[in-house]
Amino acid sequence: MSAVTQDTAVSMGRVTRALIYLLLLLFALFYLLPLYVMGVNSVKPLAEITGGNMMALPEVWTLDPWRSAWSTAQIGVEPTGLKPYFLNSILMVVPAVVISTIMGALNGYILTKWRFRGDTWVFGLMLFSCFIPFQIVLIPMAVVLGKLGLAGSVPGLVLVHVVYGIGFTTLYFRNYYATFPTELVRAAQIDGAGFFQIFWRILLPVSGPIAVVSIIWQFTNIWNDFLFGASFGGTNQPMTVALNNLVQSSTGVKEYNVHFAGAILAALPTLLVYIVAGRYFVRGLMAGSVKG
Amino acid sequence: MTVSTAPDFRTRLQDWLPKLVLAPSFAVTILFVYGFIGFTVLLSFTGSKMLPSFKWVGWENYEKLWALPAWNTAVMNIAIFASLYIVICTAVGLMLAIFLDQKIRGEGVLRPIYLYPMALSFIVTGTAWKWFLDPGIGLENVMHLWGWQSFSFTWIKDGNMAIYTIVIAAVWQTSGFVMAMFLAGLRGIDNEILKAAQIDGASNWQLYRRIVIPLLRPAFLSAFVILSHLAIKSYDLVVALTGGGPGRATEMPATFMYSYTFTRNQMGIGASSAVIMLMTIAAIMVPYLYAEMKEKKG
Repeated sequence: MSAVTQDTAVSMGRVTRALIYLLLLLFALFYLLPLYVMGVNSVKPLAEITGGNMMALPEVWTLDPWRSAWSTAQIGVEPTGLKPYFLNSILMVVPAVVISTIMGALNGYILTKWRFRGDTWVFGLMLFSCFIPFQIVLIPMAVVLGKLGLAGSVPGLVLVHVVYGIGFTTLYFRNYYATFPTELVRAAQIDGAGFFQIFWRILLPVSGPIAVVSIIWQFTNIWNDFLFGASFGGTNQPMTVALNNLVQSSTGVKEYNVHFAGAILAALPTLLVYIVAGRYFVRGLMAGSVKG
Repeated sequence: MTVSTAPDFRTRLQDWLPKLVLAPSFAVTILFVYGFIGFTVLLSFTGSKMLPSFKWVGWENYEKLWALPAWNTAVMNIAIFASLYIVICTAVGLMLAIFLDQKIRGEGVLRPIYLYPMALSFIVTGTAWKWFLDPGIGLENVMHLWGWQSFSFTWIKDGNMAIYTIVIAAVWQTSGFVMAMFLAGLRGIDNEILKAAQIDGASNWQLYRRIVIPLLRPAFLSAFVILSHLAIKSYDLVVALTGGGPGRATEMPATFMYSYTFTRNQMGIGASSAVIMLMTIAAIMVPYLYAEMKEKKG
């Protein structure tokens, strides 16, 4: 494909071209608008939102909504702000991402380089598990977490996210390792290298890109999860659940500016990851959807 | 004894090691995915209320479920939501991809702008759109302040229209992702085919309709599968944006399942609704995954 230019651009008149630019810009506005609204209204005093224009820049700039969202806002019954929940999310996300990625890497290595009879079935079963509606496992999961004494705890959430994350991480690593020459693995085997040695010395050094994809995918999904957090979080809820409690609270005045600051706080980690490693993020999305 | 020919312990361990390392993942999948599915299916045939019980009631839960107005609303809503969401996302994504592919200056800036909503959680998206669409402080208020006094946009408060606000927010979140899928597809098309067609005198419209879009078939299929799967699972967005309301106007199967199981203590009915959700997704995913895996082998 090297001789082919990348885009499928066709020749067209100047007016058509101008219209295309206009449309593309309008869509950019559409995508940026909610972010802009959240941003400007999170640094306004409440009176300016309820009595003013949501699109206008603040007349008085203030960071109080951010301070309030972070450390004093009423979440449920406690005026703790989102800080402890942010911490819960971190404590949940880091181990869940690390464990599921390591397991996915080993699984992918085995399913491509140590094939055995029935391995396609094993992979197929794991693959389908990526796509189940989680409602189908909520009830038994609640029972099992209760029996294990993990209900309402961060380790419980880690377990849940690892269990329902390894399907995707396995998929990523399997598809990636499938393109790695198996001859190299066989040659190392003849030279006396063992199972872990081959993984450590030969596969792992080339796994950088796919590891980044897997980590980003898992991080985004687990950070953004709401269903499991709301169902099994108990008093150790993650950030998304706390944000929802903050926004939906029916008592007192609706502090829109605090809600917006909280929403940005909840979005910040994944947005940062996206800004820093957006290319990999896209690749991860594609790898998760187009398997062929 | 045939010590000399039998493999030593180390070799045998090496033979078993791969399966041993894979075993925990496989066991966990069998137990937590398929075992749990089995358990929920079982519960859907029992009279479970607040806690699981094993009193067999046959198809009673399913009969009750389909007689419930709330469930019928939920099914109706998911049908409206899923079809609009899939069609609009695909149309917007395809259009943006085709336009972005015309040697656009600033593509590198536009692409991430289209795509960033995908990095946000549905709860954040819901919160942002909830206030943006709120007549009191959001879009309607802004238009009034800008002098368009007759402007009215109260869909989010209107039982008949609220479902469409969920479509708007969901399209906002994922259409950029669909764009990225189509763009990847477009970049994989051999330009020589297009040049040949142009030499033969095909118009731009014909070019895309007859040649490019048919070549994007795999991307259409992937988009359909991913979007329908996202649509059926949609729970967070509804919770954050409308909370299932006004009234129960935007109830979806996912919210129905949750409220019947955990707040209304009708676990049997909740389980049967989850089973129906699973069946719907499986009907779409299983043939797709099967075809994907078969293609790979061949």
